[in-house]
Amino acid sequence: METLKFECETGNYHTFCPISCVSWLYQKISDSFFLVIGTKTCGYFLQNALGVMIFAEPRYAMAELEEGDISAQLHDFDELKRLCLQIQKDRNPSVIVWIGTCTTEIIKMDLEGMAPKIEEFIGRPIIVARANGLDYAFTQGEDTVLAAMVHRCPKYQKKSQVPPLVLFGSLPNTVAQQLTRELEYQGINISGWLPEAHYEELPELGAGVFVCGVHPFLSRTAITLMRRRKCQLIGAPFPIGPDGTRAWIEKICQVFNKTPKNLNERELNIWKNLKDYLSLVKSKSVFFMGDNLLEISLARFLIRCGMIVYEIGIPYMDKRFQASELKLLEKTCHEMNVAMPLIVEKPDNFNQIQRIRALKPDLVITGLAHSNPLEARGITTKWSVEFTFAQIHGFTNARDILELITRPLRRNNHLKDLGWSKLVV
Amino acid sequence: MKLAYWMYAGPAHIGILRVVSSFKNVHAIMHAPLGDDYFNVMRSMLERERDFTPVTASIVDRRVLARGSQEKVVENITLKDQQEKPDLILLTPTCTSSILQENLQNFVGRATYQANSNILLADVNHYRVNEFQAADRTFEQIVAFYLDKTTEKIQKTEKPSANILGIFTLGFHHQHDCREIYRLLTDLGIKINQIIPEGCFVTDLKKIPEAWFNIVPYREIGLMAAKYLENKYNMPYIARTPMGLVEIASWIREISKIVGKNYEKYIDKQTRFISQAAWFSRSIDCQNLTGKKTLVFGDATHAASMTKILAREMGINVCCAGTYCRNDADWFREQVQGFCDQVLITEDHTQVSNMIAQIEPAAIFGTQMERHVGKRLDIPCGVISAPIHIQNFPLSYRPFLGYEGTNQIADLVYNSFTLGMEDHLLEIFGGHDVKTVITKNLSTDENLTWNLQAQTELQKIPGFIRNRIKRNTEKFARSKQIKEITVEVMYAAKEALAN
Repeated sequence: METLKFECETGNYHTFCPISCVSWLYQKISDSFFLVIGTKTCGYFLQNALGVMIFAEPRYAMAELEEGDISAQLHDFDELKRLCLQIQKDRNPSVIVWIGTCTTEIIKMDLEGMAPKIEEFIGRPIIVARANGLDYAFTQGEDTVLAAMVHRCPKYQKKSQVPPLVLFGSLPNTVAQQLTRELEYQGINISGWLPEAHYEELPELGAGVFVCGVHPFLSRTAITLMRRRKCQLIGAPFPIGPDGTRAWIEKICQVFNKTPKNLNERELNIWKNLKDYLSLVKSKSVFFMGDNLLEISLARFLIRCGMIVYEIGIPYMDKRFQASELKLLEKTCHEMNVAMPLIVEKPDNFNQIQRIRALKPDLVITGLAHSNPLEARGITTKWSVEFTFAQIHGFTNARDILELITRPLRRNNHLKDLGWSKLVV
Repeated sequence: MKLAYWMYAGPAHIGILRVVSSFKNVHAIMHAPLGDDYFNVMRSMLERERDFTPVTASIVDRRVLARGSQEKVVENITLKDQQEKPDLILLTPTCTSSILQENLQNFVGRATYQANSNILLADVNHYRVNEFQAADRTFEQIVAFYLDKTTEKIQKTEKPSANILGIFTLGFHHQHDCREIYRLLTDLGIKINQIIPEGCFVTDLKKIPEAWFNIVPYREIGLMAAKYLENKYNMPYIARTPMGLVEIASWIREISKIVGKNYEKYIDKQTRFISQAAWFSRSIDCQNLTGKKTLVFGDATHAASMTKILAREMGINVCCAGTYCRNDADWFREQVQGFCDQVLITEDHTQVSNMIAQIEPAAIFGTQMERHVGKRLDIPCGVISAPIHIQNFPLSYRPFLGYEGTNQIADLVYNSFTLGMEDHLLEIFGGHDVKTVITKNLSTDENLTWNLQAQTELQKIPGFIRNRIKRNTEKFARSKQIKEITVEVMYAAKEALAN
């Protein structure tokens, strides 16, 4: 039987810097303050990538390193203490998260060493996450922050016979609520989320606690939960698309010895509601250039929708953390009777564009650096970052994924007779 | 370390990449960690570029950190050389790579052996210069590299001709300005020799000295190259910005001195009849703008030009003119002297917004940042300078320079103020805004209370000045340590302000 093929390229690809995670995490954790310790380059990226948000008095800022900091003429401990005192005075957050960047790595600034001392001084917890572009891509930034937060969760005190379940991964509050309800319907109560809407509500962790991830990019957090807090990881596909959501719930039910109720009908109903979109995507081909680690789950969902996936580019592939998801992908390919897509880790954008030119896919899912140039060459694209900011989890939001996917296809339908799809010489 | 939320000028490598991607068939290889190629997104989105941005990152990852780049950079350069066959590859250091202290010049030397393209290392210190200074320097570096190589004999063009230096990708209305200058020069009978760097091949740079003189429309980028050309080839340059009627006239007169022609008739006709700006400033509409308070902030070129236009050509009171180009502060002060009440030189946007809150101008002319401050304070803002958003890359023809530019600016200024007649009607009928919520305030200090009578009194004040009265009263109350605002306090505040 055919199995998945994995490849690895040069890693010359475009993605967002992992510090971008502050944009959604500061909104999620409403009493936090994120301090990115980096250079003008980091600041410029944040201010441009996050656009309008910067004007709404965000709870994040740059600790901008100057020449004196780099050459160690200034004492970084005193400098950070000064800035954190100022933040404490102006904003009074419950927690300050330091985001270490490439520069702090290279000059070997001992953030983990300084944090406890400054923490004691200002009387506020300081969490250190090294979300830098040397080690990580885009969404993995959240992984580093959550992994650091795991250490701050209170210790689990056994209160009842039912073992507690903690879900990890940052989701907008409404989506978190929807997933919680889905599980409650199956008779499973969630004892907490990592992260919660407030820092002070972090869930209890310890031996006997089950944990399950909602995002495919949280492998460090998962490992930290297992190794440092002795939690038991439920390895499930991710609740993206009705098929993924169902498999996710089934797996959790199985662990908690529950027979899933109504799950089949629930999934079928969702698929029925998607009919109008499914007719648009059927037999269309997709190419994922890869930049946010959601690619495997999205590809699996799209194949189930009847699409053909040529290539799944992905920045980093943790085959252990994503094992169930990969298995579901394989199974879906067999069931839909389509060829296995090629999974390309650390892709090379230049090579990918050659392959796109040869394959001529109906849809390329890619970053904004390549979108407009591809569109000008008559190749339809969808901006990949939208999937990280849109609500795509659970049964309820399957429609939103297809809304995003079909938007360029619907646009094509509207403009198809005008005769100007290629706009370069 | 500096606590920063926002910056006006970008980091140095953005400037380098703006130069590189403006030329044709030139490629940049950034020595940078993953995610630092955000420039590609900006160019593709803001400029709505149809072509792939010629910028590739040679990724610095954990392994590079441990062992050095070794072959990686050289391989990436030679690969790009084969793939795209560019004329020039510019190795671009970033803030990360510059502290790694690898010998990038050595990589350039080695790659030069294997590649057909020319290869250069951008010569810029990331911690000392900003986007504009880096672009200025890199621009000069590339021009000098190609001119120092050439041995051809220089022959000046027969008819008067000029180069335009400093039209860039991601520049504020650069494409439109360039077209307008082109039109102006054509009117004056002057040929355009080269437009650099936008759309220019580096192989054509050797033709630069054939022009009679150089034009540098924006001070921030292009002056260094112009000075280099003046030193080496004795080429005169014009660094004045042809923005606003008076400046355009002086600009044309400078050209007239170089080419030895008299353009007075042309200037007069354009000013009085072709451009509508001169007539606009005499018209009844513009009378209503007389003495209105404004604040101007932006890059040195645009802020200085705008201040002069507002004060000199429209009779508007510029309370404060400022720039974030600190390296050009002296020039800026000299330019706006006599045209504004005070000068503000800062890179800190909170200083600018505090100044706006303090002055409470009727309109602001600034960057996108000032536009947002204006929104919060309910003050209209016209955007006149970078940093900018996608809406400042209009598809329609919107120059700021030249005679068409004067029309555009007049429209921008006029539309930014509340229309004159509307102003009067609002005053007569007590304003169309009858909402009771008055919360717009930059201060977080909320311990002041308004008693019922004072609130009713406040409602009687026309909507468009109500906020100002409210803020002034609160300012007064705070200075007198008054906690509750009564009608008496309101009147006292008004009297205090009048004195």
